[in-house]
Amino acid sequence: MQDLIPFAPDAAPRPDRRRVFTVAELTRSIKETLEDTFGLVWVEGEISNLRQPASGHCYFTLKDESAQLSAVLFRGNQRGLPCALKDGSRIRVHGELTVYEARGNYQILVRQVEEAGKGSLLEQFEILKKKLAAEGLFDPSRKQVLPMLPRRIGIVTSSTGAAIRDVLQVLNRRFPNLQIQVAPVKVQGIGAAGEIARAVAMFNRRGEVDVLIVGRGGGSLEDLWSFNEEVVVRAVAASSIPVVSAVGHETDVTLCDFAADLRAPTPSAAAELVVDRKVTFEQALAEWRRRLARALHAHSLEIRQRLTAAARSYVFHEPRNLLRHYRQEMDTHRAGLRRALQDMLRQRQQRLDELTVSLIHQVTSNKDRNVFQVQALGDQLRALSPRGVLKRGYSITSRKNGQVVRWAGDVSPGERVVTRVATGTIQSTVESTQPGDENGNGQDDE
Amino acid sequence: MATAKMTNKKKGFEESLSRLEEVVKEMESGELPLEKMMAHFEEGTTLVKFCGDQLNEVEKKIEKLVQKGDEVLAEPFEEEPQG
Repeated sequence: MQDLIPFAPDAAPRPDRRRVFTVAELTRSIKETLEDTFGLVWVEGEISNLRQPASGHCYFTLKDESAQLSAVLFRGNQRGLPCALKDGSRIRVHGELTVYEARGNYQILVRQVEEAGKGSLLEQFEILKKKLAAEGLFDPSRKQVLPMLPRRIGIVTSSTGAAIRDVLQVLNRRFPNLQIQVAPVKVQGIGAAGEIARAVAMFNRRGEVDVLIVGRGGGSLEDLWSFNEEVVVRAVAASSIPVVSAVGHETDVTLCDFAADLRAPTPSAAAELVVDRKVTFEQALAEWRRRLARALHAHSLEIRQRLTAAARSYVFHEPRNLLRHYRQEMDTHRAGLRRALQDMLRQRQQRLDELTVSLIHQVTSNKDRNVFQVQALGDQLRALSPRGVLKRGYSITSRKNGQVVRWAGDVSPGERVVTRVATGTIQSTVESTQPGDENGNGQDDE
Repeated sequence: MATAKMTNKKKGFEESLSRLEEVVKEMESGELPLEKMMAHFEEGTTLVKFCGDQLNEVEKKIEKLVQKGDEVLAEPFEEEPQG
């Protein structure tokens, strides 16, 4: 100070005793006074006159009803902004008060931005934690069990950065033939929370993965803030796919961790929790296979022993004796059976013979009797026939009209008649008739 | 559809492994009759094979899910330089 503001009463005449600064000197002096007095401050106000030139730094005025303050948010401090800066929005900034000497302006160099009226991040954290806990989002009963062997793993994180690299490295080392789906998202700054929440929901809609890793690498409280936002916490709590939360380092705790089914201290640790080494699975399987074979072997030994013991029994020593006995008995029975059959056959044959003889006899005698009967009947028939009568010497005389002459009066003298005898006919003329009685007294009729 | 398939596979492995454990322990108890012993051994052998297949079945694949309009597409994932 002393060399900047020299005070030499003897060196100058009276008018020259006035203190004259150069502009730079005064400005520098003010700057130092200001910085020493205020240093880092929190200040709340409304954004106006916001502009962001090509440099990427943000310039705006922070104002309230009666005053205003220039503010600068350098590009390097814009990571992890909790909200979009826009004219009219009320924010709370943390930064150092300084003087921009080139313009003679004093301004605040903003390091951190909070939405006004929300309380500090830690306050917000506690309030939201209490609220969501009351809703039961962090209940142990909601926790899902991770699958033993996930077939496909989903990762929600930035596609750049250490986290994804670490996770992929670990997974690849543990289980080289895994399927992994990455949903690249912003993990800090404006819009990050929304992207993370949407990615979690999207994995649930697609339903292709068995487990989800949600997280990012280390950073400041502001950097990790997206993982404390309600929309993320709710999305993780609502996920029907088990979620492993892996945000920052071991000491960082986020509400996303509370809502997840499992919290991993780091992204690498999350990968280790999600899948056991393939080798471990294979060793376990090989052990079961050994025990399986050993159990069967032990059992078969025991069975063999029992078999050996059983083989000492009499029946196994002399099996042929047993067989012979049975065979003999069988032969006896077979002979008996054959005999019985033959007897039966013989009886049947005999009976058949008898029946045949009797049948022939019957048939023959019937035939003889019939022949005699037929002859007798034939004779009777012949005796009754007119031809038979003629043969015995009778004759039949009929008139011209065929009428048989029975009485002498049937004809008159001179009439021609025909007389039939046994063989042939005789034509004659009636000379006279002599009627008689029925007893044949008188003239013969024929 | 894909969900059900994945779930079945996942369950298949875990369930198969615990069933294998059960089978072996029953066999080791020495209380099984011979026919059951053989059936158990056959089942156990099948389970060992199934689990082994499950471990080796899947081929390594890393995909990136990218929103294109209304749908989400799976593209091959290439690690980007750290930024």
